[in-house]
Amino acid sequence: MAAVVSAAPLRRHRPIGRRLVHGLLIGVALGFLLLFLLLPLAAVFVEALRKGLGTYVAAIVHPEALAAIELTLLVAVIAVPLNTVFGVAAAWAMTHFDFRGKALLGALIDLPFSVSPVVSGLIYVLLFGAQGWFGPWLQAHDIKLIFAVPGLVLATIFVTLPFVARELIPLMQAQGSDEEEAARVLGASGWQIFFRVTLPNIRWALLYGVLLCNARAMGEFGAVSVVSGHIRGLTNTLPLHVEILYNDYNYAGAFAVASLLALLALVTLCLKTFLEWRYGSELAARAPRGH
Amino acid sequence: MSISLRRTLLGSLLWLAAAATGVHAADVSLLNVSYDPTRELYKDVSAAFSAQWKKDKGDTVTVNASHGGSGKQARSVIDGLEADVVTLALAYDIDAIADKGLIKPDWQQRLPHNATPYTSTIVFLVRKGNPKGIKDWNDLIKPGVEVITPNPKTSGGARWNYLAAWGYALKQPGGNDAKAKEFVAALFKNVPVLDTGARGSTTTFVQRGIGDVLLAWENEALLARQELGQDQFEIVVPSISILAEPPVAVVDKVVDKRGSRAVAEAYLKFLYTPEAQDIAGKHYYRPYDEKAATKYAAAFPKVATFTIAEQFGGWKQAQATHFADGGVFDQLGVGK
Amino acid sequence: MARRVLPGFGLSLGYTLAYLGLIVFLPLAALAVKASGIGMAGLWKTISAPPVLAALRLSFGAALLSAVINAAVGLLVAWVLVRYTFPGRRLVDALVDLPFALPTAVAGIALTALYAPNGWIGSWLAPFGIKVAFTSLGVLVAMIFVGFPFVVRTLQPVLEALDRDVEEAATSLGASRLQTFVRVLFPLLLPALLTGFALALARAVGEYGSVIFIAGNIPMKSEILPLVIVKQLEQFKYADAAAVGVVMLVLSFLLLLAISLLQRWSRRWAER
Repeated sequence: MAAVVSAAPLRRHRPIGRRLVHGLLIGVALGFLLLFLLLPLAAVFVEALRKGLGTYVAAIVHPEALAAIELTLLVAVIAVPLNTVFGVAAAWAMTHFDFRGKALLGALIDLPFSVSPVVSGLIYVLLFGAQGWFGPWLQAHDIKLIFAVPGLVLATIFVTLPFVARELIPLMQAQGSDEEEAARVLGASGWQIFFRVTLPNIRWALLYGVLLCNARAMGEFGAVSVVSGHIRGLTNTLPLHVEILYNDYNYAGAFAVASLLALLALVTLCLKTFLEWRYGSELAARAPRGH
Repeated sequence: MSISLRRTLLGSLLWLAAAATGVHAADVSLLNVSYDPTRELYKDVSAAFSAQWKKDKGDTVTVNASHGGSGKQARSVIDGLEADVVTLALAYDIDAIADKGLIKPDWQQRLPHNATPYTSTIVFLVRKGNPKGIKDWNDLIKPGVEVITPNPKTSGGARWNYLAAWGYALKQPGGNDAKAKEFVAALFKNVPVLDTGARGSTTTFVQRGIGDVLLAWENEALLARQELGQDQFEIVVPSISILAEPPVAVVDKVVDKRGSRAVAEAYLKFLYTPEAQDIAGKHYYRPYDEKAATKYAAAFPKVATFTIAEQFGGWKQAQATHFADGGVFDQLGVGK
Repeated sequence: MARRVLPGFGLSLGYTLAYLGLIVFLPLAALAVKASGIGMAGLWKTISAPPVLAALRLSFGAALLSAVINAAVGLLVAWVLVRYTFPGRRLVDALVDLPFALPTAVAGIALTALYAPNGWIGSWLAPFGIKVAFTSLGVLVAMIFVGFPFVVRTLQPVLEALDRDVEEAATSLGASRLQTFVRVLFPLLLPALLTGFALALARAVGEYGSVIFIAGNIPMKSEILPLVIVKQLEQFKYADAAAVGVVMLVLSFLLLLAISLLQRWSRRWAER
């Protein structure tokens, strides 16, 4: 907000050439976004509605689609809170204390971003699959991790692990520890400091992180595909169900279910935008300075 | 809203607990782990089997199905996916499961016709009017003809395609391994896209408009034409092709653990009954049963076929010679 | 260590390490152990096979190029979003996160539908002989898509926090806009730009779901490294697959490390 206000006086002196440059820059940026982001999104909806609204609704209320929706929600409901707690703990440790190997820890947190989804599924198969390290023990006790819900949750946790921490660390670094330390001096306990001082300061960033983490958790395909087992109506998440419909030559149905995920993405983004608009000034005041 | 949400959550957690401990509430359940093109077939077969079983024994059988690339499915079973029966694209994938001790080595002798209840072959799908005039395998290596097939390294169906082409070249006058290799290399030079699975290739050919001819299972070609446009595609049957035998097996280790052997074996035996053979014919698989074969004869033109056993000495050998790393397929210089 | 006034060090760090250990470290260790099963000679044999080398080149080459493009365009988009007001700015801002949220397979299918010769964009390019879908160019397009938000999202807060005074001072001292940008702003933005670049790069290298639909997947031409892993798995060669996975991981990690060193150097340069 502040940026926009201070830009105004500068702008008045700008010659026409400069305005042309601005228009050009905006045009190029918007053109790129249109070509690379908006068109794929539009394509999803156009394909979904190609056979009419009836087909669209039928694809979504199909029992297997509903089962996939339920499973996807279940996986997200378990994975996202776990990663949220982790993100907060990691950010607290990384920003309020100095310790050896802090840089390494930071790199480790980012690591899942650079692991190919194919590999992220494979590693859990290597651990918990029948031929894996813990496979025989798990089988002896009749515990199913891979090709069941726990495997889906694990793969999802791995893929979405960095999101909350990534969002919080730069912000908390920028805020420093002054307020927390002051509270400590005034005699507040650790949990009191966290809930009364830190949490209000980071709540919007936390919410962003959770929203992004959630969107990615529901949309993950590669890693989940490895550990799912693809049992119709039992271990198929929404993205996997999209693939099945697509492979069944049911293109309209595939895109209809895909459009649900796209809609989810849009709702997530709208929610985020609404928060920014509603609490914009608060957020701007706390914008992280540098890294 | 919040109550229903909570109920969903609670239900989900209970279900999670059930899934984790392997408790099953249903009467009897089977898991059939199969490959991509059989979804429609096994949907009908399973429904018919459940009805039959209910009538005979009074129990309710739920047959769950899992579909994917044949090799990937075999791997999932090896890694612990509890399949009672596997119905895959090629014997090699079931052999891989047997190698890990999950299936007894004699599995192909336990059911008729090498444990293959129905067969198929490899045919060409071309665009309406056959603009490139494709009649037989040797038309595929002409310059300017684009051929669509999945990658033999990732797709079972593609291995049948490859071996069918190889067999054709071998059977030409003066044919030998060197000539066959040359022929198949020339064919793959004409391939612009190698999808990872059979269904991916069909989509590329049909939806994206890439290529002049799609190499496909006969059942896939017939289905694709049915689903995606009778008037846009034609099927060309080559002079000679391979007899594709997708086999089935009970996964011994799993059925013994789950106590589901009787149902699982009955399920596979059911595949050979006139009723299931009729369903197979309806879904464009060539049935063994005389009556079904006659009924659907119009869909299946006569084609000279050779089997993998006669021509390549079985799947193990074919795999080792052609598709292993550094094997013949890798020597073709695809993409160079 | 004077800053350890606040409580919760043991709890938060302990929890973080335990969680990372279980979810990230242990599984990756399993991968490394599996890969070590084929030994150094086996590893070399697997990696030096021409199709694997070609895939390695394509995966890292295309990922680097996509990250460079994303860095350039991301800088532009972040700049436009922070500095200019225009109708629909917030909407555009929200749209940037789309690749995070859209499932990769859906993105792949949608991009293929767009860029295929009979698609909305592909049919415009076809008359010029430009093929995007089913070529290595398609790989690049998919990678640009999945990596795009990283640069914008790391740059935005820094741009917002930048002190305008510095720019104005430079301008009033007679520097041109371009000079101001290159000499004054760019050094300040560089660390964040590098972070975004690194994240976009890392994501692009590993991407599978969206690339596989659009790539064409011809060995030596448009086959990416994760597909090589999948191909090895199809042959039930777990150790080889794990080996390629480890090589990928190590290379990505080295790249990230190099970038973070570059970042440290650039920060010092900015503070000069």
